[in-house]
Amino acid sequence: MSEEPRIGVFICHCGVNIGGVVNVPEATEYAKTLPYVTHAQHNLYTCSEAGLAAIKKAMKEYNLNRVVVASCTPRTHEPLFRATCEEASLNQYLFEMANIREHCSWVHMHEPKEATEKAKDIIRMAVAKAALLEPQTEPEVEVKDASLVVGAGVAGMTAALSMANQGFKVYLIEKEKEPGGITQKLYKLYPTLTDSSEVVEPLVKAAKFHKNIELMMSTTLKDISGYVGNFNAVLTGPNGDKEINVGTIIVASGASNYTPPKGLYQYGVYDRVITQREFDGMLTKGEVGKPERIVMIQCVGARKGEIRPSELEAFPKSDTAELLRKILKARREEGWPYCSRICCMNAIKNAILVKEESPKTDVVILFGDLRVYKEYEDFYRRARDLEVRFIRQVEEAQPEIIQTPEGKLQVMAYDALSGIEAKFLADWVVLSTPLIPNKDEILLARMLKIPTGTDGFLMEAHLKLRPVDTNVDGAFIAGTVSGPKDVSESIISGEAAAAKASILMGNRKVSTEAITAVVDEDLCIGCGLCEELCPHGAPKIEDGKSKILEILCRGCGSCAAECSRRAITMRHFGDSQILAQVKALLVPESLQEVEQ
Amino acid sequence: MAKEIFEEKKRTEEEFEPLIVAFCCNWCSYAGADLAGTSRFEYPTNVRIIRVMCTGRIDPTFVLETLRMGADGVLIAGCHPGDCHYQKGNYMMEKRFDYVKKAVKSTGIEPERVRLEWVSASEGGKFAALVREMTAQIKQLGPSPFRFVRNPK
Repeated sequence: MSEEPRIGVFICHCGVNIGGVVNVPEATEYAKTLPYVTHAQHNLYTCSEAGLAAIKKAMKEYNLNRVVVASCTPRTHEPLFRATCEEASLNQYLFEMANIREHCSWVHMHEPKEATEKAKDIIRMAVAKAALLEPQTEPEVEVKDASLVVGAGVAGMTAALSMANQGFKVYLIEKEKEPGGITQKLYKLYPTLTDSSEVVEPLVKAAKFHKNIELMMSTTLKDISGYVGNFNAVLTGPNGDKEINVGTIIVASGASNYTPPKGLYQYGVYDRVITQREFDGMLTKGEVGKPERIVMIQCVGARKGEIRPSELEAFPKSDTAELLRKILKARREEGWPYCSRICCMNAIKNAILVKEESPKTDVVILFGDLRVYKEYEDFYRRARDLEVRFIRQVEEAQPEIIQTPEGKLQVMAYDALSGIEAKFLADWVVLSTPLIPNKDEILLARMLKIPTGTDGFLMEAHLKLRPVDTNVDGAFIAGTVSGPKDVSESIISGEAAAAKASILMGNRKVSTEAITAVVDEDLCIGCGLCEELCPHGAPKIEDGKSKILEILCRGCGSCAAECSRRAITMRHFGDSQILAQVKALLVPESLQEVEQ
Repeated sequence: MAKEIFEEKKRTEEEFEPLIVAFCCNWCSYAGADLAGTSRFEYPTNVRIIRVMCTGRIDPTFVLETLRMGADGVLIAGCHPGDCHYQKGNYMMEKRFDYVKKAVKSTGIEPERVRLEWVSASEGGKFAALVREMTAQIKQLGPSPFRFVRNPK
């Protein structure tokens, strides 16, 4: 430490939120007695303009080089106070927060005396850490103004076009021979009954001829290295390998369709038992005609069973193709635990299409629960008005199907509402099946270090707050690769992912938190344990020593805890800083010793 | 005489207020403790929280040092399995926890004084209940054998 710490402590009343329980003036007087504390004061609202001005004034007046604010949680207010420090020319990492509201006054409202003592402890601990804080520089890297989009379905093409229209170079790769993904195989889209080609064709045309988009078919990602702003990708396609350098990546590689195992509702046994997807194909080709009756069965292979322990392990972690194949195969037999979100509307859509073409055809939908949200409720009513029959099922009495000598299908179903068995002689039995994750997408996620959930889909950084971000900086997800979505939702996520990637590329630079691992090269023996355990690939052994690539380090500190030589510590959460808090709490008189 | 000692011991035990150090990860458990506050779930004043970014950061020596300095209990709280912000920091903590407990036991301190629990950002109620329950549990165990090191101000 170059300079003796001069700590300012600012204790907040937060109106009555803290001041109504904790004796703030008493805590302030106490703070003044702590080692290195040059100044302590209390404010009604430290986060108010007046409160922030008071911090800046005191920093100048007392020449403070550390600031501690005792108020609420750093999870909400640390950025504000850090910015205040920066405004007063103090490195933001020389700021520390003591949470005496969420962790004290609000949970000890009826124990003011004990709460005041606890607040003093919390302040003392923060001051002890503050004394050991060091200024940090946030690593900054340049962002290459090019993006790689994996998957040329609706989501991928939407994302690619959005970025290309903003002037960024986009490499759009697709493993199939033609772009369009799942959507191009559909007939019409709910609820507008738009031809899927009306959505897909303009996208394909625009993507193919856009001057900023390089569309590569039958091409996959072979290898990836680098980090946000500077990824090196190796693509492999019909013309061999191609190396590209991009700043961002959008994964929009889609999902698969569940194929029922042979024998489930006689699928694969009787030709007239087909999936909703196959039925879509028939509708496209006009092969349905005017049958007497069609029976649809919902949730085939969806909402079955629970996540197994083997999957808890394998889907988030396994990178063994063989194991994944085995688990996916087992899932095919049992079905998937989640609701696939789109099948209800899809079945209703096809029922309406049949009814509008052939009103005399009886369409029966056997369902467990029907999930038609928002405007799809009207869609459902429209089907009811067209006399589509919806018959509720129960889990215990699944429909049974036998083929009659005439080649029709006899469906025996339990009607849960009337409690009787209903028999239908059907021309077709159509099974509604879910969208499911597949092995290739899981392995792609492993290569990119994007986590997958226990359901096998790629995982968002936060389900609610960051739905298109991933835990890998600079890599985003769009479309069904993160779970079942319909076409409009895929477009929304494509646009969103493109916006997030464009922010990075537009800024040209990105800085990350300075909370990263530091290696003491004198202690490091180059054992490689850190390299092995880091989920983000930040440590690399070079010349027998561990080197941390700061931009990849997310700052979890697992390597620091595991390092047998204690050669690794963390910036801002160093061993000494953490232990100083423990010591300040338990053996407070030792603080004075340090000062001597 | 024996009766007096017994009564004295009983009296200290009744008055005994344990001090528990909780290492909470920033993303789940610290946020869970925040939510306990926002929801005004009251719990005993016996716990002091130290924020770390991830339970993966918690070096076994942190736990041992905390106990050596006389804490009556140590709580390590992190994200539920599968929810780690850094993918697998909590798994790493879980893996090393058995070893931590063994090390604690070898010092003569009851291993029950150290606990590893999962508390998500939405489990304010669980955090409060956990503190209540652990405080009662440590009260049952009595003061830490290393309490003499501590010199509360």
